[in-house]
Amino acid sequence: MGSDAALIMRGITKKFPGVVANSQVEFQAWRGEIHALLGENGAGKSTLMNVLTGLYWPDEGEILIDGKSVSLRTPRDAAKAGVGMVHQHFRLVGPFTVMANITLGMRSEGFWWRPQLIQQKIVDLSASYGMLIDPCAKIWQLSVGEQQRVEIMKLLYRGAQILILDEPTAVLTPQEVKELFRNMRRLADSGKTIIFITHKLHEVMAYADRITVLRGGRSVAVRTTTATTVQELAELMVGRDFMTDIPKPPVMSEDVLLQLANVSALNDKGLPALRNVSFSIHRGEILAFAGVAGNGQRELAEVVTGLRPVTAGQIWLDGKNVTSCSVRQIIDAKVSHIPEDRKGMGLIPNMSVIENTMLKSYRDPAICPGWMLDHKAIRARAQKLVAAFGIKTATIDCPVRLMSGGNLQRLLLAREISATPDVIVAIYPVRGLDVAATESIHQLLVEQRNQGTSILLVSEDLDEIFKLADRVAVIYEGQIVGILPATRDSLDDVGMMMAGVKRKGWRRSDVAIN
Amino acid sequence: MLLSTRKQSGFVIRWEKRLEPSQQITIAIPIVSILLALLVGGVVILALGFNPLAVYRSMLAHAFLSRSGLMDTAVKAIPLILAGLGVALAFRMLLWNIGAEGQIYVGALAASGVALSLPEAPAYVILPAMMLAGMMAGAAWALLAAIPRAYLGANETIITLLLNYVAIYWVDHLVFGPWRDPGALGFPITRAFSSAARLPMLIGRIHVGILIALAAALLFYAILYHSRWGFEVRVIGESVLAARYAGMNIERNIILVLMISGGLAGLAGVTEISAIHGRLQTGFSPGYGYTAIIVASLAAMHPGWVVVASFLLSGLLVGGFSMQIAGLPLAVVSMLQGAILFFLLGSSVFARYRLTFRRKEGS
Amino acid sequence: MDYTFYLAVLTASITAGTPLLYAALGELLAERSGVLNLGVEGMMLVGAVTGFMVTAVTGNPWLGAVSAMMAGGALAFVHAFLSITMRANQVVTGLALTLFGTGFSSLIGRPFIGVPLPATFVDISVPLLSQIPWLGQVFFMHDPLVYVTYFLVPLVWVFLYWTRPGMNVQAVGEDPAAADAVGINVNLVRYVCVVVGGMLAGLGGAYLTLALAPVWLDGMTAGRGWIAIALVIFAVWNPLRAMAGAYLFGGVAALGFRIQIIGLPISPFVLQMMPYIFTIIVLIFVTYQGRVKRLGAPGALGLHFDREER
Repeated sequence: MGSDAALIMRGITKKFPGVVANSQVEFQAWRGEIHALLGENGAGKSTLMNVLTGLYWPDEGEILIDGKSVSLRTPRDAAKAGVGMVHQHFRLVGPFTVMANITLGMRSEGFWWRPQLIQQKIVDLSASYGMLIDPCAKIWQLSVGEQQRVEIMKLLYRGAQILILDEPTAVLTPQEVKELFRNMRRLADSGKTIIFITHKLHEVMAYADRITVLRGGRSVAVRTTTATTVQELAELMVGRDFMTDIPKPPVMSEDVLLQLANVSALNDKGLPALRNVSFSIHRGEILAFAGVAGNGQRELAEVVTGLRPVTAGQIWLDGKNVTSCSVRQIIDAKVSHIPEDRKGMGLIPNMSVIENTMLKSYRDPAICPGWMLDHKAIRARAQKLVAAFGIKTATIDCPVRLMSGGNLQRLLLAREISATPDVIVAIYPVRGLDVAATESIHQLLVEQRNQGTSILLVSEDLDEIFKLADRVAVIYEGQIVGILPATRDSLDDVGMMMAGVKRKGWRRSDVAIN
Repeated sequence: MLLSTRKQSGFVIRWEKRLEPSQQITIAIPIVSILLALLVGGVVILALGFNPLAVYRSMLAHAFLSRSGLMDTAVKAIPLILAGLGVALAFRMLLWNIGAEGQIYVGALAASGVALSLPEAPAYVILPAMMLAGMMAGAAWALLAAIPRAYLGANETIITLLLNYVAIYWVDHLVFGPWRDPGALGFPITRAFSSAARLPMLIGRIHVGILIALAAALLFYAILYHSRWGFEVRVIGESVLAARYAGMNIERNIILVLMISGGLAGLAGVTEISAIHGRLQTGFSPGYGYTAIIVASLAAMHPGWVVVASFLLSGLLVGGFSMQIAGLPLAVVSMLQGAILFFLLGSSVFARYRLTFRRKEGS
Repeated sequence: MDYTFYLAVLTASITAGTPLLYAALGELLAERSGVLNLGVEGMMLVGAVTGFMVTAVTGNPWLGAVSAMMAGGALAFVHAFLSITMRANQVVTGLALTLFGTGFSSLIGRPFIGVPLPATFVDISVPLLSQIPWLGQVFFMHDPLVYVTYFLVPLVWVFLYWTRPGMNVQAVGEDPAAADAVGINVNLVRYVCVVVGGMLAGLGGAYLTLALAPVWLDGMTAGRGWIAIALVIFAVWNPLRAMAGAYLFGGVAALGFRIQIIGLPISPFVLQMMPYIFTIIVLIFVTYQGRVKRLGAPGALGLHFDREER
């Protein structure tokens, strides 16, 4: 493990409309080391690496590889400079064989497809790195871990010296994780530079040599693994002061409104997204789910709102078993849903404010007595809604896509709340909103809670969680790691749970705390 | 959301997605498309030895400014409106029903069957029966593609297309064979319908079908914008994600929409043979089903504009017929139609994306 | 019915299937790169009329064939431009092309209706091979364009599966993001495949007017372009199966025509329907099978590709 700086990224700044993804980021990686890039969602890790692999062009900054300044404008440039990345979503062609994928698009391999030659080369290469793969297997037949190995071999075959892995363990079993890092260590020992992006603290401590922590688009710290602790890293990753509290009367009710028992579900790829999830929410309580995105939060929301089937377990709503109910039935059972995807799912950008307010209520006899819609009633209702919730829009006939993010969210909330729900499922409700908009959304949610509505909140922002929630549950890799009361004392524990650190005694809090 | 084509020179040309589809451009598109198509058509007309401006002027004059031509235009607009509404409905939900032509034929077929088997029936019985039969036949024909599409994800474009040919051959078979009029000296036509089975005339040559067509357009508008179900259709067409989120049933609507689409085209077939021909005969439709696709595209799937576009395209057809005497082949019309659609497609990108030229960013 | 009848049917299957085969090969190539080209019918017509015209004027059917390819390719270029660069809807674009091609071909073909060609592609018996009993008559007594397909099919097969550029084409059609990630120019590959596909479709149309018919009539492709598109699905995007399928479909048409001759009391129109109904059934069946097994269309067929759209 030499200390030659294989890679230096200096002063990297990258802006997108509305957000600064990287701000004057400093990043250095040495030859022969495994370097972890740590941070929460939105901290800027992926952006930084996309700059390095030629997918993004930075607004400011420079990159030096082996001491030489390089200009990485396209992925080909990055490949030529010896940089390669294994993405979270693999770039492999399913029906092709392993060797076809590894050599895809390589002009240097000649015009004719010569499987025997290539097969031999790959076998030799994989043997030299100790990573066994079957060159003739088809990608779709391989397990996720094996596919990942193919992606890595693809980089090595093309002469990558700097390998970047983006959240590599997100889809692996524990054994596969060990295997992966065994291979990475071997690669590092042979002189390669390995960078892996992660939010999982225990992995970082177990496998990395050095760590760079990003937060809010900035690099906040660089540590050597041996000279730091999980505690310190968690604080660096997450650390911030509390924002103002919103006064909440204690949770009064003992009634359980929403209950999940041993629920399991698959994600879109057919892999388990939720494993044996159980919890309950009382009337007038906010239960927040903390955890880095991608640990099953989306699937949890979809399961509760009927958009995704469960493979095991039961869901109870106010005493009724709603496990296999349709979306429509769950809406009728007074469950409101504020989805993650505001413009794609929750609202229809091309339709007017009025039409969006009646997206779910168009069947309500009050505004639709027969099969004809009563436009006057709809309009009146929409006007009341807009006024009551302070939604700023030129007219209520305006298409919704012209509204600001804050107003969009307020509209969504207005619609969902006006249905006087018993349960609200709110997913990242203030993502991308400014401070004022965030405040008002928070006020609305707490108001609902005080009126007796149960709220299932999913958020990445610990401030928000501790401000709003009565209890906090941490979901990690599809399982609930623990449920704690949302008090100041729990902050550290929660932070560590989010990063995958498990401790005994965290599953005890299933009861509302006053 | 920036998409770029990397160029070797110092420029980068990008398609930048617009935050909001530009209003002015959206309105300008059909107009510009027609103008450009007329331009291209003009070149071809010139190559054939005619003066394009004179041709266009005379086509316009005949189709819209002469009493007889105007009536023809109105009459030919009727099946276009009906079939155009059907196609527009399907297209709204991204269901590519290219089978309007075949649905027109089976609609006519079914109506003829009814008319020929009930020669004694009075008008108030036979006409509704014919229309009902025609609509059901058209709906059933569309169903043949709807079911594989809804449950297997099969390509409804190809199925509806191929069914066009089957429908036309079926009609040919009946008209050359079992239903042939014995007294017709071998011509491929059926016996004439009873006078009760003929749609009555309204003004001159314009028959009652125009009322049916306009009523259908009105009904379409009412249902689409004022009914519960219409709202569902519009939402599904805009965003399947949002529709599912709101609890709407997508599969059921696919089948329903395709059936109605087919039914409307079937109705178009009924009005044609009942009012115009009075019997079933081969080739009674000069491609109305295909023209309906252009109508729907021009109208951006709005019922009101479907009516306008139908008149426009029927005027084109009538004008084209009138020019045949002067020696201009009718194929110019179908070529113009294709060109209009071309330019429509090509220019619609400008509403959604903006073309920007920028010097390459450097450090 | 003796052997001559069967042999005649088999031989006719090949001639009837050849235009389908050309068009299907072209469409197969385009679809393998991920672009759905529904304008095949229009391209065949344009090719047919152009081939006819040029041959009528020059007296050289080979010149006609080449110009047919140019015409088909030109129309295909428009399709590529509209659907790749201008991001138009591929379905409607293909349709527009068919409409335009139909009208255009009818227009420029008018002076040639009923005009006899000075020269066409005539049947040539392959020496030696055509002496083989039965097989010889069926396969080796055709016009040159048929023999071209005998080479073209394995050529396409080798190209797609045994050369690097061919595998790039497949990658582009399956997963353009993966192809783009390794530096393959997705749009360029698609353009080339679509244009070559159009050229083959044009040639298929020319076969009708220069060898099969050989005469020019309005709309003489009679939906063959659409059958070719369905044929590609039937062939599961494999050129060898496309050949088998084309002859099968050709056989259905040829058989239908001949059943009239042997006097079965089936209406000629019902027989005309058969190829289309057959195609629909095959299409539904293959789609169903495709869902059950892991066969299927190129993953990105009909979808647009943007590098930075997330």
